[in-house]
Amino acid sequence: MSTSDSNASQGSIQSTEALQAEAASRSRILEWIMTVDHKRLGIMYILAGLVFFVVAGIMAALIRIQLAVPHNHFLGPEVFNRMFTMHGTSMVFLFGMPTIAGLANYLIPLMVGTRDMAFPRLNAFGFWIFLFGGCLLFYSYLGAPGIYGSGSAPDVGWFAYAPLTSKVFSRGHTVDYWALSILLTGIGSLATAVNIIATVFCLRCKGMTLFRLPLFVWMVLVTAFLMVLALPPLSAAQIMLLLDRFLGAGFFDTQTGGSAVIWQHFFWIFGHPEVYILILPGFAVVSEIIPVFSRKPIFGYPVMVAASIMITFISLGVWAHHMFTIGMTSVGNVFFATSTLLIAIPTGIKIFNWLGTMWGGSLRFEPPMLFCMGFLFQFLAAGLTGVMLAIVPFDWQLSDSYFVVAHFHYVLVGGLLFTVFAAVYYWYPKVTGRMLGGRIGKWHFWLLVVGFNLTFGVQHFLGLLGMPRRIYTYEAGRGWELWNMISTIGVVFQAAAILLFVYNLVHSWYRGKQAGPDPWDAWTLEWATSSPPPSYNFRQLPEVGSRRPLWDLKHPDDPDWYHEE
Amino acid sequence: MAGIFLILASVSLGAEDRIHKVQNVFDPHSTPAHGILGIAWIVLAICALIFVVVGSLLVYAIWRFREKRGDQGTEPPQVYGSNQIEMAWTVIPLLIVLVLILVTARTTIEIDEPAFPADALQIQVVGHQWWWEVVYPEQGFITANEIHIPVSSEDDPRPAIIQLASADVAHSFWVPQLGGKRDLLPNHPNRMWIEPEQTGVYWGNCAEFCGTQHANMLIRVVVDTPEEFEAWVLNQQRPPREDPAVAGGRHIFETMTCINCHAVGEKGAQNGFGPDLTHLMTRGTIGAGVGETSRDDLYQWLKDPDSMKPGCYMPDMKLSERQLNKLTDYLTTLK
Repeated sequence: MSTSDSNASQGSIQSTEALQAEAASRSRILEWIMTVDHKRLGIMYILAGLVFFVVAGIMAALIRIQLAVPHNHFLGPEVFNRMFTMHGTSMVFLFGMPTIAGLANYLIPLMVGTRDMAFPRLNAFGFWIFLFGGCLLFYSYLGAPGIYGSGSAPDVGWFAYAPLTSKVFSRGHTVDYWALSILLTGIGSLATAVNIIATVFCLRCKGMTLFRLPLFVWMVLVTAFLMVLALPPLSAAQIMLLLDRFLGAGFFDTQTGGSAVIWQHFFWIFGHPEVYILILPGFAVVSEIIPVFSRKPIFGYPVMVAASIMITFISLGVWAHHMFTIGMTSVGNVFFATSTLLIAIPTGIKIFNWLGTMWGGSLRFEPPMLFCMGFLFQFLAAGLTGVMLAIVPFDWQLSDSYFVVAHFHYVLVGGLLFTVFAAVYYWYPKVTGRMLGGRIGKWHFWLLVVGFNLTFGVQHFLGLLGMPRRIYTYEAGRGWELWNMISTIGVVFQAAAILLFVYNLVHSWYRGKQAGPDPWDAWTLEWATSSPPPSYNFRQLPEVGSRRPLWDLKHPDDPDWYHEE
Repeated sequence: MAGIFLILASVSLGAEDRIHKVQNVFDPHSTPAHGILGIAWIVLAICALIFVVVGSLLVYAIWRFREKRGDQGTEPPQVYGSNQIEMAWTVIPLLIVLVLILVTARTTIEIDEPAFPADALQIQVVGHQWWWEVVYPEQGFITANEIHIPVSSEDDPRPAIIQLASADVAHSFWVPQLGGKRDLLPNHPNRMWIEPEQTGVYWGNCAEFCGTQHANMLIRVVVDTPEEFEAWVLNQQRPPREDPAVAGGRHIFETMTCINCHAVGEKGAQNGFGPDLTHLMTRGTIGAGVGETSRDDLYQWLKDPDSMKPGCYMPDMKLSERQLNKLTDYLTTLK
């Protein structure tokens, strides 16, 4: 990395400092509310996501308590149905999406060597509209008394199949709150996606060609494209649903000739790319952390980029594998089985490349790396159960059973959540200037591994024993008692892990070891500035000559640009 | 992983002889379920092999390349990639995937597009919130929640073709030992078939979330011997019993709005809003599985349906104890 002497950047620093002086006169809370700084917005996104994560996690714990024994009366059917609807909707739209937006916002400008996102105001707009949408969903508990009186909430499942959502079957306004909330958070996500694309294409620092982007940036970039392509069908479907409910449009209302199947197509043409929108940023995190803690560059960088792009394209053509049981033609069934199986190839390539990165390295098992290792095994299992679900006849048995619940929790908890924790342990020092406690981190990891695999591992068996998802009670003697009890016991371990994590976050904020700018001896640009970075990120905008600018700086005798294609 | 599935496969071997409450996918009793298990074993074997190979490589790498004492301050050799290796781990999975696509296509078509004898048994199942209406169009009667079919054997194959429809929201018909699930969707007729080779009562569930009482929308498929099945059909075709001893109960049934939703023979609602009760007592359960057809359960069900199935559409008619007893007496005669 060499320093650039740019007068233009000097000017922008001064103006940023002038803005800061103005901001200092405001109260600190107002400063956060009015901020357009990508780092502050990133932090707010992640904190908001964590709050929704804890709320939705408590709901999951209540669901597991209800299911621990047959004929339990802990929750009634109405409360239970609201719980799993709110749990699913919150985890996908109010935890997964904002956490990804937060990571992208915080890291992309630092990684590509610029001062902020391309559209800082749009960025702030995206955050606040997301938060408003999230609050609206939970406000339905107060504001949408349905047929059961006050204390109602959406109870139609997170994919809200028609015609259960029509006025006839869902009276009150709970479904309206659900649709509006998703519409608004979707607008927020679109704003983030546009911003990511513009930032990566227009604001890279000198020397940062597309093929020198950190893999994190590449994978979040393809995620952003996927958001731009997949979110509009969802928004369209929500608007059609609202038209149905308020104006009797009849798109999905089967009693006026609408189609229940077309809702499923609309939802899953968003819903399956959504799975990749959630997991590609997980891949992105892993692709940064494994090389640093293996002390080697990523194995097969161009192949990793190509595999991400392939996943993006194929994921747009697999949606009807959620619908093998609706009675499609055999041609339709086999087409979607084929596309689904094909997507396993680029996904497999990624796992092999991470393995290749570790091979011959010097692995350091700090908490970020531990969480990545947990991710590798659990995501491998998730991928393989995904292959089983793609086999149409087998899916006729497994679809909508607890096997599916197990599968997507292996993707989203074993996969995404583990990488989110890896990311927090890895970048917390950058954000706060202090290290997270390593010993507590290891306890957090092992408790979560045990708890997660107890809870969701046995759910595969429940599915194979015929237990359908979303039932609030079951009779004894179906062979489900033991597995349900084990599944609920796992929650205790997971809850302990999350409590340790929250304690670690708060404690380290005050008492954590000073981190310094580069605690992990890493190679990407965010580690070239102080921790926490100044609001303008870099005093002088950097210039890079390879994919690992800090490696070049630390090893002038053997810089990367000799070796890269 | 394969070991775990093998253990699981043996779980239900000790199940009671005729009541199949434990519905293990690995213990099929009917033709399409056998076919599904066949392809399931293929994909399970392949996936287990991949899990073992890749998992072992990961474990080996984690152990072999962990940081050693002498590593501090030095960096391992920097390797950037290898096109040959990338090619290998692209082509091998591609070949595996091709095999899987071909077996999937074959089994999908085999199961979904079979050739049936013209005299195969036809049954219509209509999903309701939260019970199953069962129609035997050729035999000319309607029942609910329990589907009787004759057992099939090699000499006497008797596939049952089930036409699926929904009166309200999306449901899904799933009895794992007999076959895969198939959705019941409004405005979207569907079809599935089963051909069980063992008699007994098979339990299943609605597998698509359909509202408040999705959990208590149980299916019972009763597989009879051909003789039992003929006898059952003959009884179902009979008009309802007219027992003068329970005329009072019948009067309550006919005057207290019960007949707005339920039918007994020619009398009452023929709109299928509530289950047909003509031969109620020939069924094993009430409320789609929440209770047995015992006098006690029936009494409780009439007295306070919400106590057995909260949120269901069966109203509490606020009957007096005398009315309840008479009505229960009447219903228990509907054999």
